[in-house]
Amino acid sequence: MPQSDNLPAGAAGHAPGEEPLIRFDKVVKRFGRNVVLRELDFTVDAGERVTLIGPSGSGKTTILRLLMTLERVNGGVIWVNGDSLSHMRRNGRLVPANEKHQREVRKKIGMVFQQFNLFPNMSVRRNITEAPVHTLGISREEADQRAEELLDMVGLRQKIDAHPTQLSGGQQQRVAIARALAMRPQILLLDEVTSALDPELVAGVLDVLREIARTTDITMLSVTHEMAFAKDVSHRVLMFDQGRIVEEGPPEQIFGDPHEERTKEFLHAVLEG
Amino acid sequence: MTFFDLLPLYLNGAWYTLLITLGGCALAFVIAMTVGIVGSVRNPVLRAAAAVYVEVFRGVAALVLMFWLFYALPLVTGYRVEPVFAAILALGLNVGAYGAENVRGAIKAVPRAQYEATVALNMTPVQRMRMVILPQAWAQMLPTFGNLAIELMKGSAVVSLIAVSDLTFVAQQLRTFSGDTALAFTAALVMYFIIAQVLLFFVRMAERRADRRLGRAPAKPTRRGGRIAAAVKGGGA
Repeated sequence: MPQSDNLPAGAAGHAPGEEPLIRFDKVVKRFGRNVVLRELDFTVDAGERVTLIGPSGSGKTTILRLLMTLERVNGGVIWVNGDSLSHMRRNGRLVPANEKHQREVRKKIGMVFQQFNLFPNMSVRRNITEAPVHTLGISREEADQRAEELLDMVGLRQKIDAHPTQLSGGQQQRVAIARALAMRPQILLLDEVTSALDPELVAGVLDVLREIARTTDITMLSVTHEMAFAKDVSHRVLMFDQGRIVEEGPPEQIFGDPHEERTKEFLHAVLEG
Repeated sequence: MTFFDLLPLYLNGAWYTLLITLGGCALAFVIAMTVGIVGSVRNPVLRAAAAVYVEVFRGVAALVLMFWLFYALPLVTGYRVEPVFAAILALGLNVGAYGAENVRGAIKAVPRAQYEATVALNMTPVQRMRMVILPQAWAQMLPTFGNLAIELMKGSAVVSLIAVSDLTFVAQQLRTFSGDTALAFTAALVMYFIIAQVLLFFVRMAERRADRRLGRAPAKPTRRGGRIAAAVKGGGA
């Protein structure tokens, strides 16, 4: 089996069907001297909804950013659908991935950001349609129709020709969700999507996400401080601290009966405010 | 002789000044965009090439470059360059280097979050630049482009030294003929000023349009008007 020196043995040895959709294999991420993830291992199955909780700086957002290829790993491998995000095969060896390989793998992944990141040089419609037209190669008509459906779903059909600056934060975030879904991702990454919103706008965004969780089989990975939402939608909750998983389990157990002291402390701090 | 008798001559001079200004601006713009974009890519070789261009052409005087193109180039290559063309080349190459830095800076100033959104939407590097980064950087580039256009226009006065009959050349000739130094140069100053205002008018129009596209312009009143209105309001309170 092909191996490169920094790859753990057996990394690509699974038969198809056994392989989880996402697999972190001894992933290390450092920012300068600061080690954010320490040989992190975890997997996510197709269709699973996983919520990452933990204090800030514990590495949750870094996990999403690594998956979206916004950061590069310093060690280990991230597998998505059996393909490495960071490496590709060339002449039977795994070598660092080039732009083309990364684009192929991240086709399946969409992300919604804390600060929405809508394009201010485009209308709502173009924010949603430009990428599908240019990167998926679908027709304008089809992209337009899809944009209308998605805006219906997030309750903003009437804003299709508005400019992002004319929308509230909550509305912008709902457009950003529609934009990510327009790419028909298999995996949706949600990075603290309600943290930048005024309290009264949070519910609208969470309702949209609940609806997506109810009506689709998209795999969702979310970093959130909305514990009620995490309880509602997730199959599994991972508690992080200092780049490691401290505890994981179904939401009822993590929120109702946490075993680890660190989890109890964290939940107490978050829930008691 | 009155100014109005001389007006046709001045207009003829202004025509050359305008021609060289517009030609130089067009060349400078193409260079600025190309070198500026190349200077902001990740590839270190391309980036270094852009940096070399900027340092070389920012570092040479446009006047000397023009002399070189006009006097030295024919000696070196045997190919003679039209004086107007030499002027356009010299000014365009020189101002293009400043413009490239402006473009690079404006691209850098687009928030990183915008770039990250383009990655999340799986755009290619070219699509990122064309659809998201440049349209947003454009609004930031324009004010400096306006300044550079005016600098180039004023810099075009050096062409009188290779006998192109631009505004400055005409002013010097009329001074010699009429002996009315004050009139000759005052008229030239006024003409330069008018050309600058015309250039600025178009740049400001483009600025307003770019701001509107990014959804950040107050619909009609100009920024200056707004500031005065605000000052009056503040003063009255």
